[in-house]
Amino acid sequence: MSVEFRKDLFADERDDDLNEIGKPTQRQDMLGHVTGRSPFYDDHLFEGLLHMRCVRSPHHHARIRSIDTSEAERLPGVKKVIVGSDVPNNLNALLSLLDFGLDDEPLLSDKKVSYKGEPVAAIVADSERIARDAVAKVRVDWEVLPHVLDVEEAIKPGAPSVNGAYPANKFIYHGKYDHQKLRYGDVDAALRQADHVIEGRYQMSPIEQAPMETCGAIAAPETNDRFVCYTATQGLFFSLGTAAKLLDLSSARLHFIGGTVGGGFGGKVDSLHEPLAILGCMLTGKPCKYMFDREDEMQVGAPRGAERWYITDGVMNDGHIVARKFIGYFDAGAYTRLSSYAIIKGAGHLPGPYTIPNVYADIYCVYTNRTPATAMRGFGITGVDFAIENHMDKVANTVGIDPIELRILNAYRDGDMKAHRREAKNTALIECCQVAAEKSGWQTSDWVKQQSSLSGGGGERGQLPTHTATDQHGFVQDGQSGSYGGGSKRQEKSAYAETAAARAAPPAAAPPLRSMPVAQPPTQPARTPEPVQSAPAPAPATGPTAEPPQPQTRRSPARFSSISGLRRR
Amino acid sequence: MAQKPVQFTLNGEDKAAFASDGQNLLDMLRRGVGDLSPKYGCGQGACGACTVLIDGEPCLSCLTLAETVDGKDVATTSGLSSGSGIHPLQDAFMRNFAAQCGYCTPGMLMAAKALLDRNPQPSRDDVVEAISGNLCRCTGYEPIINAVLEASRSGASQPNG
Ligand code: FES
Ligand code: FES
Repeated sequence: MSVEFRKDLFADERDDDLNEIGKPTQRQDMLGHVTGRSPFYDDHLFEGLLHMRCVRSPHHHARIRSIDTSEAERLPGVKKVIVGSDVPNNLNALLSLLDFGLDDEPLLSDKKVSYKGEPVAAIVADSERIARDAVAKVRVDWEVLPHVLDVEEAIKPGAPSVNGAYPANKFIYHGKYDHQKLRYGDVDAALRQADHVIEGRYQMSPIEQAPMETCGAIAAPETNDRFVCYTATQGLFFSLGTAAKLLDLSSARLHFIGGTVGGGFGGKVDSLHEPLAILGCMLTGKPCKYMFDREDEMQVGAPRGAERWYITDGVMNDGHIVARKFIGYFDAGAYTRLSSYAIIKGAGHLPGPYTIPNVYADIYCVYTNRTPATAMRGFGITGVDFAIENHMDKVANTVGIDPIELRILNAYRDGDMKAHRREAKNTALIECCQVAAEKSGWQTSDWVKQQSSLSGGGGERGQLPTHTATDQHGFVQDGQSGSYGGGSKRQEKSAYAETAAARAAPPAAAPPLRSMPVAQPPTQPARTPEPVQSAPAPAPATGPTAEPPQPQTRRSPARFSSISGLRRR
Repeated sequence: MAQKPVQFTLNGEDKAAFASDGQNLLDMLRRGVGDLSPKYGCGQGACGACTVLIDGEPCLSCLTLAETVDGKDVATTSGLSSGSGIHPLQDAFMRNFAAQCGYCTPGMLMAAKALLDRNPQPSRDDVVEAISGNLCRCTGYEPIINAVLEASRSGASQPNG
């Protein structure tokens, strides 16, 4: 295999004495692959295997008045019809294992469905064909509800409420805000001083991971009162924990075997198949397989969620971007799955690989009556990168600068402070641009060729801003998330109440309720995480604008509460 | 449900199985006679993961009724290597990193085998054409095409290498 390693780049930063890294190495599973012997989950044969198919909602949004399974149960070969009340703990959120967010999704819905394809019953039968026949015989009395498929429609007052745990159709971050905030410097002030204000709107589609092997799992009774589960999951322990929670079983009774995955790309973490297959096995005493067919995989399998981004840049005539403002809407579909986390990743990535002294972002995790979204390769990052890079081209066109030159002019360099208050290191955007230009035959100036990520960083633009404008907009009263301590998990089903002001105005247009000056120490941030104070401290009265002190949480450049913001506060 | 006896050879060995009404060859191979190398990717003739050779012709086993192979010769990836050695096509797939998750690989190998059996010195276009019915989500195809071309140069068309 020919791989080009550009060892000329950053050569003096590398010892080059590594034995494996940088050299093509054979996969340990390759011989199994080419001989057809790699053990995918469905390559385990069981005598008397039962097959499972789900009864699914034909509606985007509907209440379930009743489910009549009697005719299906009478069909010869049907062993069991499972409904929501058979699931021991029928409400879950994937990230609840990390104590992040409210349980919001049933394994089998019994009250209402919030997306087309949502399962309401599972048939366990002698063959797949019988299971399919039985699915057609389940009678569900639906009360169709109004639905909403657009992220901005979904957060307007009066929109249908999609998700019972978050009635306003917005995930609640840290028990406090109905969006993920990023505030760095003062974007509005910088926009007023910019030579150009350039706006853009970018919309992505959901993307199906489309692994060649569809999602599935087989569960079988084992000795010692255990269940063995062969699964295609990408996250074996994630699926194990999720199954244990939904089934109210000790994980010691679950024997999960996986690791051979026929392509995943993120789409095999949702852990929907393992608990249902195990439940089918528990209720029948027989080995049970639950597998998506290709249509399920494409229609019901969770995609990477669609994102909509509004970007406003303030740009000077010389091409320097002085401010960048994002309003983002991440379409989670009907349930949270991993979307809340995708947004946290996205916020950490803003404003892209550029050094911009004033950055603002409000990112909403919005529930709509679409298929729930989940992980897929760079979810939360690739979507906003699409928006950012298109916007860079728009800026280049508007200001009349070569697009490569614009990127290098604004590229982050080692030593620059990033918007999430970590100093940039090992940056390489400039070198990437240079190589991309060279490979594509794009003519560049000598200036472009001379630039380096290693020099020019940490200058005036790369300093921590002395003032950051903050606000409380989107603050949620009664913000009991249950995720960050306070209250047992069972009592946290209460709905969030938003402030009337936040609910009345669409967030994109809502002005900050108040803006607070914050003093920032001029030092570089420390590398160690600093505990976040939970008690409000008075604001130091050292900001440039004279405002009465407001209660606030102490901010410091070192404030850092793990990648997913999970630290209890 | 009616069951039909089916007798055929699988990779040179005599096999007998009962095919149920409407059962497809993929299911009979996997569950009936325990050859797990052909894979289910779609069940609709779209992906090629289930490709096997019937009397030397590449066929989608998910769209082939099991009973129709009665008296025929079926070949799958399980039969590619003989003894302890692997087939030059398998070797070329390994050396060219032509598999990642490996799920499409048995189908790819059978499509490639059919090509080399009928055309020992294919052009690049011939290879692309031959695997055009086989989807791979991981590799991006280039390594697979290179592997098939390399195998053709090393004499993969000889039966069992
Ligand atoms: S499984 Fe036969 S073509 Fe996809
Ligand atoms: S190697 Fe994964 S689908 Fe081809």
